[in-house]
Amino acid sequence: MRERHHQHTVAKTNVLTPFATSRKGARLLLYAELALLALLVTAPWLSTWLKMPFWLDLGTRLSILAMAGVSLNLLMGLAGLVSFGHAAFLGIGGYAVAIALWHAVYGGAPWLASESGLFHLGLAAGLGAAWAVLTGLVALRTRGVHFLMITLAFGQMIYYLLSGLETYGGDDGLTLDLRSQFPGITLDDAGSMHWLAVAGLIIALLLHAGLRSSLIGLMLRGTKADDRRMRALGYPVFVMQLGLYVLAGTLASLSGALAANHAAYVSPSMAEWTRSGDLLFMVILGGSGRVTGPLTGAAIFVILEEVLSSFTRYWHLPFGLLLIAVALYQAGALDIVSKRLHSKDAAETEMDG
Amino acid sequence: MRTVLHRPIGQEGTRTMNGALLFTQLVNGLQYGLLLFLVAAGLTLVFGILDFVNLAHGAFYMLGAFVSASITALSGSWPLALLLSPLVVAILSVPAERFVARPLYGASPLVQVLATFGLLLVMEALAMIVWGTEGRGVPLPSWLHGHVEFLGVALPAYRILIVLVGLSVAVASFWLVYRTRFGMQVRAAAANRAMAEALGIDTLAVEARIFAFGAGLAALAGALVAPLSEANLAMAFEVIIIAFVVIIVGGLASLKGAFIAALLVGMTDTLGRAFLDDALRTVLSAEAAETAAPAISSMSIYLFMAVVLAIKPSGLFPPRTRELR
Repeated sequence: MRERHHQHTVAKTNVLTPFATSRKGARLLLYAELALLALLVTAPWLSTWLKMPFWLDLGTRLSILAMAGVSLNLLMGLAGLVSFGHAAFLGIGGYAVAIALWHAVYGGAPWLASESGLFHLGLAAGLGAAWAVLTGLVALRTRGVHFLMITLAFGQMIYYLLSGLETYGGDDGLTLDLRSQFPGITLDDAGSMHWLAVAGLIIALLLHAGLRSSLIGLMLRGTKADDRRMRALGYPVFVMQLGLYVLAGTLASLSGALAANHAAYVSPSMAEWTRSGDLLFMVILGGSGRVTGPLTGAAIFVILEEVLSSFTRYWHLPFGLLLIAVALYQAGALDIVSKRLHSKDAAETEMDG
Repeated sequence: MRTVLHRPIGQEGTRTMNGALLFTQLVNGLQYGLLLFLVAAGLTLVFGILDFVNLAHGAFYMLGAFVSASITALSGSWPLALLLSPLVVAILSVPAERFVARPLYGASPLVQVLATFGLLLVMEALAMIVWGTEGRGVPLPSWLHGHVEFLGVALPAYRILIVLVGLSVAVASFWLVYRTRFGMQVRAAAANRAMAEALGIDTLAVEARIFAFGAGLAALAGALVAPLSEANLAMAFEVIIIAFVVIIVGGLASLKGAFIAALLVGMTDTLGRAFLDDALRTVLSAEAAETAAPAISSMSIYLFMAVVLAIKPSGLFPPRTRELR
């Protein structure tokens, strides 16, 4: 029974997205995502031309979220590792930037104080990788739902750690007095900030695409299909998965560093578990395993959040209902419901799986 | 903001470590652990039977607090609210089980998590519509305001009540699961669902009942906590992760594991908060200890979980009837 569930899962998450259930649909979706990417690259010019700075801001947010989504999709799409603690990396990356800048402005901790953007990115990547190694060593010894819950708990650990940093604002978070300084570009310019975010997104996408067709990527996909068999064949499954986890964590941490610069503000809620849930939603909506899928997911999420929250303060209600609908659809449960309407017996045989 | 983690733990008392303070904190830890058990019990039972991950379980805890606040306000009787709110929430949980959880039994955990995350948001929004965004305080009857002398230490009467209620409900649920015909069906379904069905057990009905039972227990915990803090929307989001820590540490599938893990987690958290500051002072400067202690103590249960998992990846009491993954 367990084996059957397992294969069921793999098949579903590989093929289905709520938007593309056929080959042709998938190709159309890919074109739409590439068009969106082109739109993001040209957004600073477009927004100046159309005089709509708000849309540029939205585009930057979308790019950063999509980059975080791509990093989670590396884990889910390649190795089938569903992490529910991915937002912790965003928090780590964001606070790496914020704390280094805080010390640069207010003094103290000379080894940490710096305005240099390269130092910030290095620090964010290093801390993200370190956290991934530490938690990966424990979490990757488990699979499936255990992995999911353990990463959830580890993510929450970062949330409480950040909330407990009274020096850096505690629960209230920290406003950045200035942004990371890069040679030649200034992030106070919305266009430069946007292009940096888009560059991050494209690098993450290329990484995923490259890894996917590489030998290591193939081995990782093998572990997704059947990791016990891969282990029996002599592949270092644990090491490969840990490496992937570290890569994904580093990317997510970098996207957190970008998010901190974009908003000029960090708070523990960056690392809150509901954020991890949002990221999961984005990946699933775009189809986990599709390289460009998180673009669709992030676009829909940003639009939903923007539209629904402007209509009603109870925007969690329609958003939650949508999540339920996507999940029921993904599990094929909506088919079961419609079948049940036609024939009760057919439905009963469905349920015993 | 979902930031202030509710703590049903008294921080009153002096900073010096002495017998009376230690005893008070142990009682606080026991009380917190029992409340955690009430929330974790439903989670672990449902997970044990069907590998179903229910992120929305914390919402029943929140609903318990709000419903008890409303019943207290309407009837003026808090004991009545304590008795009724678990029943009300158990009934409210029936459509959640029927329309969201049941179609997803046997689906991938990812899909279950997504759906129950959505369910949690829906229930939060509905609670916001019914009760508003402000918290609801619950006044206690006057006879629960005092202190009770116990072994030479004065303890708040209400905390004693929580411990007593928690212990008796824990005993009752153990009796239900390990000593009754219904409990036997639950355990049979958990051990081997197909076999249980072959023997004529209606596993869907068992599952629906255990879901409602778990929701009722969580609601009871919420109703017990409400007078200490207040009923608020953030409760659902905070308690669920801690309940997950409890069932992970406990090994995910047994009531016994959840009970022991709940007490351990409750104690770790309470004692960490109470004594970590002083303990750190012995190795760090006073200033450094003061900065580090709150951050570390709020992570203490997660550190505890990490240590347990590093030693035993499948928790303290892994299920014996199914293969380990």
